[in-house]
Amino acid sequence: MKSENYIKVEFPSMSANEAFARNVAAIFAARLDPTLDEVGDIKTAVSEAVTNSIVHAYPSELGRIQLRCRLPEHNLVEIVVRDWGVGIADVPQAMEPMFTTGGEDRSGMGFSMMEGFMDSLKVRSSPGKGTTVTMKKRILSKARK
Amino acid sequence: MSVQTNFENGELRFSLGGELDHHSARDVMRKIADEIDRRLPGKCVLDLAGVGFTDSSGIAVLLRTHKHMRELGGSLSVENVHAQPAKVFRAANVGKMVAFQEVR
Repeated sequence: MKSENYIKVEFPSMSANEAFARNVAAIFAARLDPTLDEVGDIKTAVSEAVTNSIVHAYPSELGRIQLRCRLPEHNLVEIVVRDWGVGIADVPQAMEPMFTTGGEDRSGMGFSMMEGFMDSLKVRSSPGKGTTVTMKKRILSKARK
Repeated sequence: MSVQTNFENGELRFSLGGELDHHSARDVMRKIADEIDRRLPGKCVLDLAGVGFTDSSGIAVLLRTHKHMRELGGSLSVENVHAQPAKVFRAANVGKMVAFQEVR
């Protein structure tokens, strides 16, 4: 087995788990000695990805959400949020700023936040099978030291 | 998430505390909307001094409250915004519609 640090946690799509998920990712990334600003970026992006799964992947029932974090390079954190829900038919449309099917209490800015606050964002989705969001962020504070 | 309300001289002030996300935002929005409908203030203030984190759900809270106040012919100001929420609001260009004042 390749010696690489990682975590994998799974939880039901209850909105109370949004805070849990973003804090787990932030604690995992803490070993790279990020700045407060970088921690905030990671927490925001994870919160958006997990909220998408809770709101859109499982609109009428609870399902499972998986959060995986790993360190593929010494100052790089990769975060994957996966669900097995309804999926997204048109990923480019879903990623447009202000696009939402979530009603008046959603801003439609979720993917924009993930894109803006992380260094890379990849969304794979199949209708009926689920969605996998892969985000990477380079922790510059460590590289600068 | 905590919501403290103070109404004085036509100004309705909400002091929020905790983390603002999809889980907490719905309840916060309902409390704010109910109180605005009850008091019909000329001015509404959201004091975010106690909010250390928000995701895009916070944007919806600001924009909805702004819309609600505009419908009443009143105004909204947002005060004491910490660095992380300010970054989220700036990323969504919220400042174009709702002026917010950052914590120095």
